[in-house]
Amino acid sequence: MTSSSRNPILITASRLLAPFIQLFALYVIFHGHFGPGGGFQGGAMLAASILMLRLSVGAERSELKFRKSWGTPVGALGALIFAGTGLLTLLLGGRFLEYHFLPLPDLSRAELHSAGILLIEVGVSLAVMAVLVAIYDDIMEGSGGG
Amino acid sequence: MYLGLEAALGLLLLASALIALRLKNLLAAAVTLSVFSFISALIYLVMGAVDVAFTEAVVGAGITGVLFIVVLFHTSRRSID
Repeated sequence: MTSSSRNPILITASRLLAPFIQLFALYVIFHGHFGPGGGFQGGAMLAASILMLRLSVGAERSELKFRKSWGTPVGALGALIFAGTGLLTLLLGGRFLEYHFLPLPDLSRAELHSAGILLIEVGVSLAVMAVLVAIYDDIMEGSGGG
Repeated sequence: MYLGLEAALGLLLLASALIALRLKNLLAAAVTLSVFSFISALIYLVMGAVDVAFTEAVVGAGITGVLFIVVLFHTSRRSID
């Protein structure tokens, strides 16, 4: 927040915890089609780790991890990955998100499905993470706080 | 299947919701709301909806808790009671 004195225990704990939260979020994203989890949950966890850093070490230093100006571009990139995968299969003769029309060589039908779902989940997680962080940044900016 | 566990969690859910409604301190109410969403995630887990429970835990306890607290820091009390 705007308080000048920051608690060193909070800073150290959140800086130690953040990489592990992000690692687990990546596991959730990339293991999403075998177990519980997926793009939305992983993206929300990535956003939660960044918001934890924003709250504890302050906006200036947590911008080293994720800049305020990246919110809209990264969110748009995630939406582009999602829609691009769907439209690519549409262009190559299938229907929207019909994964086995993806132009990846030497992959069987089941492997193409797996790869397509992975692309979708990466796109969804990027979009969710960027938009949730952007909502927080907009709230802080609108109130004039740091 | 786990009827006793579901009943106990349901009572806890009801209690946390009522406490969150009755509290005067808004910060404590926001924290109690994340307790509420954690307990509802446990209920989803007992009922076998693992994905829903995961989403509820991440969004309810992680994101909305942070957003509530951030908004609360930008408000002020007008009345003292």
